[in-house]
Amino acid sequence: MKFVTDWLDNRTGYKKLVHEALFENVPGGARWRYVWGSTLTFTLIIQFITGTVLWMAYSPSSQTAWESVYYIQNQMTGGWLLRGIHHYTAQIMTVLLVLHLMQVVIDGAYKAPREVNFWFGVLLLLLVLGLSLTGYLLPWDQKGFWATTVATKIAGISPVIGPALQKIIIGGNEYGHHTLTRFFALHAGVLPGSIIVLLVGHIYLFRRHGITAKQPYRKKDAHFWPDQVLKDAVACLAVLATVLFLVIRNSGAELGAPADPSESYSAARPEWYFLFLFQFLKYFPAGTEVLGAIIIPTLLLIIVFLMPIIGRWRLGHGFNIGFMWALLAGAGLLTYLAKEEDRNNPSYLLAVKDADYQAHRIRTLAQSSNGIPITGAAQLLREDPLVQGPKLFAKNCASCHRFDGHDGTGSLVKDKQSAPDLKGVGTREWISRFVDPEHIVGPQVFGGTKFKDGKMAKFVLREVAAYSDEQKDNLRKVVAAVSAEASHPLQRELDSTQSKIIEEGRELASNSMKCTDCHQFRNKDEDATAPDLTGYGSKTWLREFILNPKHERFYGAKNDRMPAFQGELNHKSIDLIVDWLRNDYYRPGGAIQLKE
Amino acid sequence: MHWGAWKIVMKCVFRAGMEIGAWQFWREIYGLRIKLKTDMDQSAQKQEERREFLKKLAAMACGGAATLVPVGAGVAVMLDPLRRKAGAQESTRITTLASLPADGIPRKFSIISSRVDAWNRYEAIPIGAVYLRKTEDNHIEAFNVACPHAGCFVDFLPEKNSFLCPCHNSTFAINGKINDPKSPSPRPLDRLKVQVIDGEVWVQFQNFRSGEREQIPQA
Repeated sequence: MKFVTDWLDNRTGYKKLVHEALFENVPGGARWRYVWGSTLTFTLIIQFITGTVLWMAYSPSSQTAWESVYYIQNQMTGGWLLRGIHHYTAQIMTVLLVLHLMQVVIDGAYKAPREVNFWFGVLLLLLVLGLSLTGYLLPWDQKGFWATTVATKIAGISPVIGPALQKIIIGGNEYGHHTLTRFFALHAGVLPGSIIVLLVGHIYLFRRHGITAKQPYRKKDAHFWPDQVLKDAVACLAVLATVLFLVIRNSGAELGAPADPSESYSAARPEWYFLFLFQFLKYFPAGTEVLGAIIIPTLLLIIVFLMPIIGRWRLGHGFNIGFMWALLAGAGLLTYLAKEEDRNNPSYLLAVKDADYQAHRIRTLAQSSNGIPITGAAQLLREDPLVQGPKLFAKNCASCHRFDGHDGTGSLVKDKQSAPDLKGVGTREWISRFVDPEHIVGPQVFGGTKFKDGKMAKFVLREVAAYSDEQKDNLRKVVAAVSAEASHPLQRELDSTQSKIIEEGRELASNSMKCTDCHQFRNKDEDATAPDLTGYGSKTWLREFILNPKHERFYGAKNDRMPAFQGELNHKSIDLIVDWLRNDYYRPGGAIQLKE
Repeated sequence: MHWGAWKIVMKCVFRAGMEIGAWQFWREIYGLRIKLKTDMDQSAQKQEERREFLKKLAAMACGGAATLVPVGAGVAVMLDPLRRKAGAQESTRITTLASLPADGIPRKFSIISSRVDAWNRYEAIPIGAVYLRKTEDNHIEAFNVACPHAGCFVDFLPEKNSFLCPCHNSTFAINGKINDPKSPSPRPLDRLKVQVIDGEVWVQFQNFRSGEREQIPQA
């Protein structure tokens, strides 16, 4: 064995290197306050390992970035853990950087002859923050997308070079494929490469000048190995435990809904350690933002860079320590203010809730047997009735109609309800309200329309109210028959098991129950004066009705204020509303069937 | 190439020419010196110095030229985005005049158009959004929803009758003007060109540079 090691040493000289690395003298013995640099190196190694493996599964393009991260997170063995470790280690790293910097400043380790090493350290800090900034975009979810939009637009206000700089960063005029490829090249190539170079320099210089031992010495001198290494290793283990705790508590890193440049995202916030900058910007009125976004942060950074020189002055060291504490307190206060403002902002909280919901929904859709189409996951969300329906309803329908009393998205509406509540449209329960004396002129049905004094209302209030038990039973059959026209997704089982009743209902509707006196139902009827019941509540019926309620088949000239949406809303949007109203959208495990 | 760079190249060429000339001159002198047999040692030393200098110059020139090509090619590709111009969008049909409320409350509409993202062309996808409103004198106003400050999409708050940016709290009046002088936005909401043709509203959608006092189209 010795022969082999001697041979290797003769050829490489490694023994001297190892000896230097391990048996460096630590004056005053190993101490806990010296662990921060090692923990940072450790976190960097974690990031290199996890990052390299993430790289093996990641695909930077606007159609595949979110999708590949989704796949890592939800489909690959241990993917959520790997991504979680990478994500939370990045956050812990920021904390460790601050601790390391504070320890260096407080202990005066930046003073001569260690100035250059201090500057290396500050550069490393900036590069790591650069990693955070670029990494935030890579999943291409709404959160990363909008945070990056803001960050790069702020870069765009830099004096003179701003617009060109912005274009070079995002790879063109719009955010897209090249924004991702560039950010990824920075995140996985340029920045880590620079970090390795600087870190080698940082550690070399650190070894050249030795540790800045804290006076007074408590114990006798020791070697780096094993005394300090043991403390370092324990600290690294504690860092890892913290990371794992965060990963498990939050079940891995968050993945929002896929980025959509046309979909507003009111929950846009940067990562928590940049929140102070975000909050800071709010205090700069028009025209002065360059001060808050660029000039002041740059000046503060210059002061940090100059610390070794300021430190020569008699009071310099005290100033530096005070400055660092003030900086930290300022950042802390701004972060607190940002959090506090958001906590008390109902529309922000609502936006966060909506973002969570969309993130959940897209996961459900991606996990369906259809999977993610080649056009990407954003498309899935854009074409999902459950996500788009309520928004479209709120925008286009809710000033008159309601959905379960609200505007579809859960908000209450200021305007008075003047048209039927459309929750469950076409179902038996919904139709039965139209023949229920208690409901027909209520707000859920005709209450707000002129039809509350119409023939149907009169018929229900006078005749149906006086129905015998047998007639009521027949009426239930008619309701079943009319409702069956909708082929409602929640009633498929009911409709097929009760086909006999539905058949009877159809007979009754045309005969003793008098429906066809006014309505057309399954047979052509030129004289019909009320809306067609054939296919009532079905997808085509509703779409046609929304396009033009004044058509003879529907209300004709009697139409009361319902606008024709032909030309106003495209067919796709109308279908999204109709599908949502009819519960015709993907649900894991299929639709829950309604009981009678 | 930049003038400064040319100047440096020219200087180097000139200096090298001078050196070569000087070298030949010294060779002549050297010949003479053999004849004269004076100061021979000094001359040899000077010649050696010249030779050393030339070698260094040649090494730097060769090394520089060898690095310049890949760096140049890399920089050219990296700066490619500067050549990409934002083409003006054509007018897009948004909605009907009738769908805009008479009370002047703005409504938000998606802009459905084609979009090129590097190697992909998308047809009929949402590329942005606008707020449309009918003014008292029956004009149509169109605003880009992106906040001129940093690009977040502003929300309309009916209860406050104004727009609010959810990012840095810029506020705008219902007509798009800045509401509060302390608002971070440097300019009002960006107005877009609107046309009403046969009762239909058409908008020429455009994005503008953030953070500027003036409304400058992205170029």
